[in-house]
Amino acid sequence: MSSEAAAIETKVRGYILENLLFSSDAAELPNDASLLERGVIDSTGVLEIILFLEGEFGIQVKASEMLPENFDSVNNMVRFVCRLQGVV
Amino acid sequence: MNSHPQRLLHDSLLANAASPVLARKAAVVVEGNAHTYAELLDSASRLATALRDRGIVRGDRVAIYMDNSWPCVVSVYATLLAGGVFLLINPQTKADKLGFILDDSGARLLLTDSHLDKEFLPLLAHATHLMGVICSGNLTTGHGIVAFDDVIRDTLPLTEPAATIPLDLAALIYTSGSTGQPKGVMQTHQSMVFTLGSLVEYLRLGRDERILCVLPLAFDYGLYQLLMTVCLGATLVLERSFTYPAQVFARMQAFGVTVFPGVPTIFAMLLSAHQREPLCFAGVTRVTNTAAALADASATRLREIFPSGLIYKMYGLTECKRVSYLEPELAETRPGSVGKAIPGTEVYLLSAEGQPTPVGETGILHVRGPHVMLGYWNRPDLTGQMLRPGRLPGERVLCTHDLFRMDKEGYLYFVGRSDDIIKTRGEKVSPVEVENAMHAIAGIREAAVIGVPDALLGQAIRAYVVLEPGTSLSGKQIRALCAARLENFMVPQDIVLCTDLPRTATGKVSRKALLEQYAH
Repeated sequence: MSSEAAAIETKVRGYILENLLFSSDAAELPNDASLLERGVIDSTGVLEIILFLEGEFGIQVKASEMLPENFDSVNNMVRFVCRLQGVV
Repeated sequence: MNSHPQRLLHDSLLANAASPVLARKAAVVVEGNAHTYAELLDSASRLATALRDRGIVRGDRVAIYMDNSWPCVVSVYATLLAGGVFLLINPQTKADKLGFILDDSGARLLLTDSHLDKEFLPLLAHATHLMGVICSGNLTTGHGIVAFDDVIRDTLPLTEPAATIPLDLAALIYTSGSTGQPKGVMQTHQSMVFTLGSLVEYLRLGRDERILCVLPLAFDYGLYQLLMTVCLGATLVLERSFTYPAQVFARMQAFGVTVFPGVPTIFAMLLSAHQREPLCFAGVTRVTNTAAALADASATRLREIFPSGLIYKMYGLTECKRVSYLEPELAETRPGSVGKAIPGTEVYLLSAEGQPTPVGETGILHVRGPHVMLGYWNRPDLTGQMLRPGRLPGERVLCTHDLFRMDKEGYLYFVGRSDDIIKTRGEKVSPVEVENAMHAIAGIREAAVIGVPDALLGQAIRAYVVLEPGTSLSGKQIRALCAARLENFMVPQDIVLCTDLPRTATGKVSRKALLEQYAH
């Protein structure tokens, strides 16, 4: 993973831990865990995440991109942000 | 068409699965996978045998604690076929409340998903009435838990139908109440079959509908999408949730959805997605809203997304499922109204003293009809507050405790609630239930909870918290501790730490004073 991608991962993890899991225990959030399956997000939670990603990384999320493959785990979100930002 | 009258809730499934036209038709499409009526009856009938084998007899309660999934749909009909009473528990429910509902209902069996094991496993050791657990997904070993798929594969379909009659209970539907403990609304087969007929009539639904369901089946509004579908011989397009709208949109296109049931939060998300990228579902012919008022402006903008959709504004409460609906053609001429009583029922307004309310004045809404609940399970005290003597000997009518106005043509206008219940994301939340969970947190001396206006949620939950001296808890920590005890939608969005709470003359915490304080 590039250092840009690693920096994105740190920010995404930090946001989810603090705002959705309300936790400082990194072990509670495996990077490949499904957030829906674990009950971490619901429909308004995903909107909060999108607003955060848009503000933090200067991206625009289209309605047609609001899919589990882009948002349902830390890994998916990092891949999605990297793709929009052109980070390898 | 079957000549057999529909008396029991599952009679329509039996008829559809036996019909040469419908047996091979998709009854339910779950996350893109279609299941026919024949398949639904076969699986439900096998599971029904398994329920019988595990001791379920007529009238026993079976708890279904599952996501919107195929096993969940099968479980509902299996329980009915076995002569049992189903209760659906929202999969967001945490261990304490789950334990309360299992004990309160006296459920004999728990049908659940393995990914919820963190919540239900700790309860098994001391659940008083539970005789067994059947679990879908990757099975947790031990604890005498049986795998859902194995049961369906290894059990034969039911041979002996249950002796159920229409007066028997079909479901307990748990709902939040102002006392803080959820209570089980008792609904009979007769009452639910009547309600289905009334809903299908005014929504003008037919056999060719493809009805979307993104609402939890544990919410009666979600459950009735399934029941209406089977009653019609139509197809349900069942999604786990509305969390990933693009996925839902793709499924709506792929399966040609014609009916879109939502709550204001879902419509707000839909309109926000529409702003990002224009949406248009020309195949949708019916759009329904309930649980909280849909603003007239939102309804107007929804017409861009659903150009051929009739938009229905409705009002209801679990105690009678649905009270009223506004004919979609009248949306422009009756702004702000939730319409008239659903077919086959009537409503009237009474003053607090029980006198008829003059036209145009505010009164308490009363509901009369076969859709009214039998009462709350094991709670005659609370039942007495809601069901009052009616005009005929022995008759009981439902006092909603909601305040309405009625115009001279009989159209209803919601004025307000006469209790403290908060409506957020279309869910009813009891402030007392949230406060009780907060009082159980070490370090919190006292908490008071109110609902405040919120564009997306309808109402957001705000908690005023007084900490024990010498404790330091942040708002975020408190929310985390709440999230471990409460469903997501009950966790306060906003925590206000304070040193004291306003009180009434009798020393009770005054939510009214907090609301007034918030408004200024």
